[in-house]
Amino acid sequence: MKTKRGLKLLALLAVLALVVAACGGGEGGEDTTTTAGAEEPTTTAGGEEPTTTAASGTTVPAGELGVIEVGAGEPVKIASLQSISGDTASLGTDQVRGTEIAIADFGDIQGHAVELAFSEDDTCGAEGGQAGATRIIADPQVVAVIGTSCSGAGVPASNVVTSAGRVLISGSNTSPVLTSDLVGNEGPEHHPGYFRTAHNDAIQGAAAARFVYDELGLTNVATVNDGDPYTQGLTSAFEASFEELGGTIAISTAVTADQTDMRPVLTEIAAAGSELIFFPIFQPAGDFLAEQALEVAGLEETVLMGADGLLSDTYVVLPQTENMYFSGPQTPIGDTYDEFVGKYEAEYGEAPIQAFHAHAYDATMMALTAISNVAQADGDNLVIDLQALRDELHSLTFEGLTGTLSCDEFGDCAAPNIDIVQNTAAEADIAAVRANVLATYSAADLGF
Amino acid sequence: MTQAATVDARPTRGASRITPVSIFLWALRIAALAVILYGSYLSISSGRLTGSQWRDLLVFGISTGSVYSLIALGYTMVYGVLRFINFAHGEVFMVGAMMAFYVANALATTSLWTANPIVSLLVVLVAAMVTSTAVAVIVERIAYRPLRGAPRLIPLITSIGASFTIQYLVRGLVGPSTKAFPRMEPLRGTFEFGGFVILRSQVVVIFAALVMMLMLYLFVERTRTGKSMRAVSEDPETAALMGIDVDRTIVTVFAVGGAMAGVAGALWGLVFPSLNFFSGFLPGIKAFTSAVLGGIGNIVGAMLGGASLGVFESVGPSLVLAGYEIPAFSQLKDVVAYSALVLVLIFRPTGILGERLAQERG
Repeated sequence: MKTKRGLKLLALLAVLALVVAACGGGEGGEDTTTTAGAEEPTTTAGGEEPTTTAASGTTVPAGELGVIEVGAGEPVKIASLQSISGDTASLGTDQVRGTEIAIADFGDIQGHAVELAFSEDDTCGAEGGQAGATRIIADPQVVAVIGTSCSGAGVPASNVVTSAGRVLISGSNTSPVLTSDLVGNEGPEHHPGYFRTAHNDAIQGAAAARFVYDELGLTNVATVNDGDPYTQGLTSAFEASFEELGGTIAISTAVTADQTDMRPVLTEIAAAGSELIFFPIFQPAGDFLAEQALEVAGLEETVLMGADGLLSDTYVVLPQTENMYFSGPQTPIGDTYDEFVGKYEAEYGEAPIQAFHAHAYDATMMALTAISNVAQADGDNLVIDLQALRDELHSLTFEGLTGTLSCDEFGDCAAPNIDIVQNTAAEADIAAVRANVLATYSAADLGF
Repeated sequence: MTQAATVDARPTRGASRITPVSIFLWALRIAALAVILYGSYLSISSGRLTGSQWRDLLVFGISTGSVYSLIALGYTMVYGVLRFINFAHGEVFMVGAMMAFYVANALATTSLWTANPIVSLLVVLVAAMVTSTAVAVIVERIAYRPLRGAPRLIPLITSIGASFTIQYLVRGLVGPSTKAFPRMEPLRGTFEFGGFVILRSQVVVIFAALVMMLMLYLFVERTRTGKSMRAVSEDPETAALMGIDVDRTIVTVFAVGGAMAGVAGALWGLVFPSLNFFSGFLPGIKAFTSAVLGGIGNIVGAMLGGASLGVFESVGPSLVLAGYEIPAFSQLKDVVAYSALVLVLIFRPTGILGERLAQERG
C-alpha cells in the first residue's frame, strides 16, 4: 500500500512538473510578444542587435520585433481581414479583389511567391475584427495583414496584429481614433505598426462641412451617428469643422446599427429645424433613415447627405436615396487606374462595387514593396525583419493608384482628395454616382 | 384564454402588513413616477416639439405597436396552452416577411401591382400567412410535440435551437444580404382626417392589425375550435377526457399564431421596407416583451401590451429622456422600452391586464 501511494505521488509530481514546464514555455513565448508590442518602435534604428529569438536561428541580425523566415520554395504570406458578408459585404469584397489583383501584379519577392493565406471576415464590428485578427496572427508566417474594412473592427484588430509584431494596413479605415487627428494628437486607439491608405475622417468631415456651408449654403444641420468609431469620428469631425465655418449643429443625435424605426429620431430632427441631415452610417440603418425621412412632416425640404460607408452599389440603387449627397474618396484618374479597372472587370465580371478597391490595391502594393525592400536572402531562405518593415513603411514614398503615399508617424499614408457626389435620377449605378462629382477638396484646401 | 380579462389574479394587498420590502417597493414606485413626470414636464414645457409632432410620435408608436401585438398573440396563445415561451416565433414572423418580400417583388414587375394595389396586398398577405402557418406547424410537429410532457425548460431550450435553425436555414436559402421591399405607390403619402395627417401605410397597418385581432378574438370566443382551445388551456387532461383532441388543438394554436405572425411580417414590410434573415430577432423579443407587458396568456393583454410598448418606445425617449437633456437619447429607445416593462411590472406584477391562467399547474 505504502509503495503504491508513493508511486502515485511520484506520478502526480511528474505530471505536475510537465504541466508547469509547458505553462512556463507558453508564458515565456507570450512575454516576448507583449514586450515587443509595448515597446516604442521609434527608439531603435532597427537591425543592429544580434537576434535573440529562438525562432530565427540565423546569422542575420534582427530588430526587437523578431524576424519571419520564409523557407526555400515557401511563399511569403499575407492576409486579408475585410467585411465580406452581410450588409457591408461590398465594402470588403471590393477590397479583397484589389488585394488579389495587387498580389498578381506584384509577382515574386526574390523568388518567393506571395500567397494570400487568409481571407477573414471582419463582420464590420469589434467582435469580427478581434476574432479574425487572432486567427490570422496564430500563423507565425503571416507578415502583413490588409484590413480592416470598418474602423469598428480596426480598433481591436490594430491592437492584436501590431502586438504580435506584424503590420496592419487598411484601405478603408477612416476613423481618427486609429491614427491621429492630423494636428499632432495621437488617437486613443493608435498602435505603432498600423497604417492606412484611406483618408482620415478629419479631412472627410471637413470636406463635407465645407461643401454644405459653402456650396449648399446651409447653416443649420443635424448629424446622426450609430455609435461605431467610424460614424462617431466622422460626425464629430464634421461638427467641429461646420461650427468653425460659422454654422450651427441643430441636433447631434444617434441611432443604433440595428434600429428600424427612425421616425421618432427624425421627428426630433425636424423639430430642431434641420436643413440637412448628415448621417455617415451603414446599411441597413441608412436605408430606413433615408426612406422614413421622406415621410416625416417637416423634413420635406431637408437635404440628405451620407458618406463613404453608404457609397455602395446596393445603397445608391434604392429609390429613397435619389438626390442624396455623399462624401467619399476621389475616384483615381489616369491610365494605371484604367488598366486596374480593366483587370478588375476581366477577373470579376463587373465594375468596382465600392469606393476603396484602389486603396486596398495600394495598401497591398505598399506592403509588398516594403517587404521586398527589407527582405534579405539567407541561402534559399528569405528573412524579413519586422521592425525594419515598420521603419521601411514609415520612410517609403510610394506612387499608388490613389496618389503619392507617404506615411506619417501615426500611420496615415494618404494625401487624400475628397469628392462630394450626388445621386440624381440620371445616375444608374455606383460608378455613375461616383462620377457625378460636384466638388473636390484636397487636404491642403482644408488646411491640413 | 377567456374574455374575462377583468377576472385577473390581482393579489389582495389590502390586509397585508407593512413590511420593509413593501415600503421599499412603494418608494421605488414613487421615485420612478416622479422621475418620469418631472422629465415629461421639462420636455413638454420646453416646447421643443409641437402638438402635431407629439401626435405623430404617438401614431408611429401605435403602428409599430400593432405589429408587435400581432406577433405577441402567438407567444401568448402558446403560453396559455403549453406554458412555455416559443422563442422561435420571431423567426416564424421573419419567414413570413421574407415570403412577403419575394411575392411583392414578383408582383411589382407585373401591372397588377399598380393597377390593383388592394388585390396585390391581399395576395402578399395570404402568401405570408400561409408560409408562416406552415413553418409554425412544422416546428411544432418536429421540435415540440416529441417533447410533450417533458419538463418545461426543455421545450424552452428547444425553441431557442429552432430559432437559430430557422434563421440560418433562411440565410442559406436567400443569403445574408438585406432585401429592399418594392414600393407600393398608392400607399405612399398621407391621409387627412380633419386636420389629422396620418401616413397611408400606417393606416393600412393599424387597420389590418385591428381586423386580424378582431377575427382572432371572435375565433377564440365564438367557435367550437376556440372553445376547445380554451378548454385545453384550462386543463388538458380533463379536456382530453371530454373528447377534445389535445394534439390537434395545440396544432391549431400554433397555426393561428403563425398566421398572425405572417400578417405581421407582411405589414412590417410595408412600414420598414428592408429585411434580412436576422430581422425576426428584435421584433420577436419586443413582441415577447409586449406579451409580458399585457399579461402573458391573455389575448387582449397582448394586443394592449404591443400598442403600449410601441408608444413607450416611440414617445418615451423624446418625452422623458429629452427632458433631462440626455445626448443622443433616440439611441436609448430600447432601454426606454424595457424600463417601461420593469416599471409596469413594479406596479402590476402580472402585467397590465393580469396573467390569465387557470389554476397554476404543476
